[in-house]
Amino acid sequence: MKILGLIAVILTGGLLLSAVHDFPDWGDTTSPASSYRLSQYYITETIHVTAVPNMVTAVLADFRGYDTMFETVVIFTAGIAIIGVLRRYGPGPKLAAPKETITKEKPDLIITTTCRLLIPIIQIFALYVIAHGHHSPGGGFQGGVIFGASFILLALAKDLQTAQKWVPEKRVLKLAVIGIFIYAGFGLVAMLFGSNFLDYSVLHPIMPATDSIMARSHSMLGVEIGVAFTVTAIMFSIYSNLASHGDLKEGL
Amino acid sequence: MLESLSPSFNYWIYIIIMMIGLYAMISKNNFVKKLIGMSIFQTAIILFYVSISVKDGSTIPILYHDQIHAGHGEHHEAGHGDHHQALDTHAEDRHDSHAERGDAVAGSHYPDLIIQPDDFSNPLPHVLMLTAIVVGVSTLGVGLAITQKLYGEFGSIEESEILDTIKSSND
Amino acid sequence: MIWAFDLILLVFLVITAIISLRTKDLLSASMIFGVYSFLMCLLWAEMEAVDVAFTEAAVGAGVSAVFLIATVLRTSRRSSD
Repeated sequence: MKILGLIAVILTGGLLLSAVHDFPDWGDTTSPASSYRLSQYYITETIHVTAVPNMVTAVLADFRGYDTMFETVVIFTAGIAIIGVLRRYGPGPKLAAPKETITKEKPDLIITTTCRLLIPIIQIFALYVIAHGHHSPGGGFQGGVIFGASFILLALAKDLQTAQKWVPEKRVLKLAVIGIFIYAGFGLVAMLFGSNFLDYSVLHPIMPATDSIMARSHSMLGVEIGVAFTVTAIMFSIYSNLASHGDLKEGL
Repeated sequence: MLESLSPSFNYWIYIIIMMIGLYAMISKNNFVKKLIGMSIFQTAIILFYVSISVKDGSTIPILYHDQIHAGHGEHHEAGHGDHHQALDTHAEDRHDSHAERGDAVAGSHYPDLIIQPDDFSNPLPHVLMLTAIVVGVSTLGVGLAITQKLYGEFGSIEESEILDTIKSSND
Repeated sequence: MIWAFDLILLVFLVITAIISLRTKDLLSASMIFGVYSFLMCLLWAEMEAVDVAFTEAAVGAGVSAVFLIATVLRTSRRSSD
């Protein structure tokens, strides 16, 4: 198997290495990817049509809104799939016990105190990353992961039960669904106003926006909040299921 | 020196990293090792996409505050005639890009702001890869959940041991 | 985009990838995979992809290492290869 794998890898690698000569030079401004007018449109016109300085967020949430919406659905599906794989209902055959013994000591005082001080700061930073995502690096995915990581830190520093008290599974999954509904809701409301799905520029009568350009900017913040809900919820759900083998009783 | 010798040394290293991941996925016996190999393969592909977006002498694809508001302030304070004379060298460019834009920028908040595409790296690969990373960690989670399930059933995360157990239970 | 910095980071990337796949202890392999992700994040910040680097710093170096460690502690820590 090892020899076979090595032969396959060498063949594939040789094929790819022989194709390297056809690639444009690194940093070439005339390469096809850089000179194609779609990406040039994104660079030059984003500020004019959306008033958002961060082009990455603008392309993510506005120009390619469908893409991001269904990426969010993929993340939600992955979270549901993990629960479906690991959860066991009713008595079944006994599972093999882990070979590692996890010590059940009381959590260390220094660690719990530090985490109690750190978690609010991490959560405020996550909210800043979400809310400021269209003016600086950041956005729904990054802020959502940081927010979820603060709950994971709580579960690691104390135990899974404490974290489950704050964010029980029912609430987590409701949050995930609400996130996708917020995103799809922006698209549906745009349809009610007589435009295409996820065309935010018609939303200016109901947004705190002066014109259709600012409506696009504010709607981006709205859909980023939806993405952040789903990502936060699913990251914590994946951790708590993996750490407790699906029954959410005993964590690490 | 090395730069002049090979302008594409970084592509070779991406392919080496990709092949390390592929070899681990094919020939490692342990499922966690296989999943680490899958993640390495994934990040190598993302690295390749991100490196396509680099341009010589470009900067990050975020407009900075002064850049936006300098043009904006000038628009309000200086007269239109002065402004056009001051930027006479760029008059041709400006005219062209306004003509290309057509009606798309009607009501733009920054009508005097002209951006050259070569000043910023390409944002499109960044967007595609940003979502790919987050989806990648979700698929890693699904893989790890299946690994835990297999361990619960067979008491091992080694491929060969699991195959032996299945074979002996069939006999 | 500084090619010498880029080359140093790429060499470290190859080294960490090989070490993380050759280590027999899966807990160490997970931690070294976190180091690999963090080097990747530095490389992307150097390639002017700040949003991608931010995501990788939060996801790759933080959360995915925690997922791997959770699985390793729930199953077995030793690997045969």
